[in-house]
Amino acid sequence: MSQVNVKIYVENYGKNKEAAIPILQAIQNDYGYLPLDVLNQVCEASEITKSHLYGVATFYSQFKLTPKGKNAIKICKGTACHVKGADVTIVAFKDQLGINIDQTTGDGEFSMETVACLGCCSLAPVVMINEDVYGGLSSSKVRSTLKKYGKE
Amino acid sequence: MGKNNQNIHFVVGLGSCGIAAGAKDLYEELASKIKNNSNASLSHTSCNGMCFKEPILEVFYPDGNRLMLGNIHKKDLDKVLEPLLNQKSVDEKFVVENSRQPDKKEKFQQKQHKIVLENCGIIDPDNIVPYLERGGYKAVKKALGTMSAEQVVDEIKASGLRGRGGAGFSTGTKWQLARNNKAEKKYMICNADEGDPGAFMDRAVLESDPHKVIEGLIIGGYAIGANYGYFYVRAEYPLAIKRLKLAISQATEKNLLGDNILKSNFSFHLKIKEGAGAFVCGEETALIASIEGDRGQPRLRPPFPAASGLWGYPTNINNVETLASIPWIINNGSATYASYGTPKSKGTKVFSLAGKIARGGLVEVDMGIPLREIIYTIGGGTSSGKSFKAVQLGGPSGGCIPESLLDTPVDYESIAATGAIMGSGGMVVMDDDTCIVDVAKFFLAFTQKESCGKCTFCRIGTTRLLEILEKITAGRGDMSDLEALEDLSGKVKDLSLCGLGKTAPNPIITTLKYFKDEYEEHIKDKKCRAGVCKDLIDFSVIEKECTDATCATKTVL
Repeated sequence: MSQVNVKIYVENYGKNKEAAIPILQAIQNDYGYLPLDVLNQVCEASEITKSHLYGVATFYSQFKLTPKGKNAIKICKGTACHVKGADVTIVAFKDQLGINIDQTTGDGEFSMETVACLGCCSLAPVVMINEDVYGGLSSSKVRSTLKKYGKE
Repeated sequence: MGKNNQNIHFVVGLGSCGIAAGAKDLYEELASKIKNNSNASLSHTSCNGMCFKEPILEVFYPDGNRLMLGNIHKKDLDKVLEPLLNQKSVDEKFVVENSRQPDKKEKFQQKQHKIVLENCGIIDPDNIVPYLERGGYKAVKKALGTMSAEQVVDEIKASGLRGRGGAGFSTGTKWQLARNNKAEKKYMICNADEGDPGAFMDRAVLESDPHKVIEGLIIGGYAIGANYGYFYVRAEYPLAIKRLKLAISQATEKNLLGDNILKSNFSFHLKIKEGAGAFVCGEETALIASIEGDRGQPRLRPPFPAASGLWGYPTNINNVETLASIPWIINNGSATYASYGTPKSKGTKVFSLAGKIARGGLVEVDMGIPLREIIYTIGGGTSSGKSFKAVQLGGPSGGCIPESLLDTPVDYESIAATGAIMGSGGMVVMDDDTCIVDVAKFFLAFTQKESCGKCTFCRIGTTRLLEILEKITAGRGDMSDLEALEDLSGKVKDLSLCGLGKTAPNPIITTLKYFKDEYEEHIKDKKCRAGVCKDLIDFSVIEKECTDATCATKTVL
């Protein structure tokens, strides 16, 4: 995403603190993460203070202050996924991508995080890559799944 | 469903679970295959609760017959489409239900009683017409047209409905409190921040029958005198948010939302607020802080939201399942609703059945049914065929119930007596391959991470509890750790402000109560009988049988 006029966020969602979360969601949607300079500009254009915006951005797990990979992998760590071997699936992803949780591959293609529960518990273990949800993603299927996203 | 009676009509279930299992691919492939066939048509619905059969395809014939196929993927279409179009039989392994064989009933549907889920998996959730055809918004018409707000409150009180989000407080009483507080503005909020890992009924209801929840919210608004409402929905549920937005615009078009609903004096305006990933926001004061744009930290009650909630105005917050029960109660009467369930826990409850269970999915049963019937009769027992060990109820606030207590009826009081809680209704089944200490560690890792940090005992206490559990599962525990766990659990419970901290130790307390021997094995014998705790397992290669030098590392992982 190139230059976005930050005023648009303020115009769309308002300039009071009530708008903090929707604005952050919109920025993350456009940039893939929350660039600090954009946050600063939002504070200048609105009545939201820097401490408030930063406080909100670091409280909620959805918000990321560092860039994510082109393909964002979210591995479900809910109860059902846990008892059905999510940890083994995580190790398989780590092995295939050579990164840890909350890291991005050197080429910027993949990033990996764990999430609390995607709500598809009967299909555990569940993994979401970008907007696609995969059920029954045991460790043996990790490689073939990553192939769909261009992983050699 | 938009069926043309002359056509063979296909319906694919497109809920999140179905899509994850491949239903979207199936839908698209089927659409392309029948696009030139004037005798066939296709539409979609959402989730009928049978997650273990996803993807699901239903076929409606012009003669009224109906066929339900399960576990059917895009690749299977070549085999089944011809026979389906010619009304010939298909491979039995796909057939879940067939109206020509009335005795072939899916066992999963036994003992179920659908009130909240009555439309789920039947109607097209992207369209208001099928909902209206099944009696949708009749309850709003009845309430606004023939009942006073006070009568609506009394009706809900008489139904005995209790909050389905977990706490089990009387919904009617809650409405009464909000109604009694006079103010220029009031708010009605639907809590759809379903954070309990292992519970997915709220997602399924919002994705499958969004109008029903909207209808419950309108009636609640009318009852307490609120003209403004919010849906607070988890950001992890994008499909639910999308369908809800569409449903709100459809209802607004039909003047079921907005100013002077159905020409009455009552106006109700509804907005969606997306959560941003914080479990604690399921707590009502934290949820309000989040809507107001703050960090989602709970505050002291009183004042309760009924007196001073969103922006300081009287506010009422109900869970999705609670609101989805409201239209049925208004339509059918409180007495009918109260005739189901037990004297103290009336009506039905939806449970999400997952983990090591043969038939996992969404189940709606009368309150009071024994746990055993849900797990064995409906769920078919463990998926692995191994022995049942425990069922985890109520998510991170709940507890593990052992086999010996499986005859416990599901009602608020009986479940609480075991040390677990009804919670939102997540049920995760565990077999012999599940390590109970590891499960306790899993939940503590969750609550420790999700603690908002306001109260010392929640912030630091859960961290210390987690450290002790990590020590035990790593084989470095000693027996005094068990006393420390018990002692600290009690303190975290007593000295935390909100439900998160107050219930965080429950997984430890219940597992120590029912499975102390497993803790002792980890400590004294350095043994994990389930083979889960890696530090307690010795690996060796059986050279005679080893054919692949890398297989050992694959297994160890």
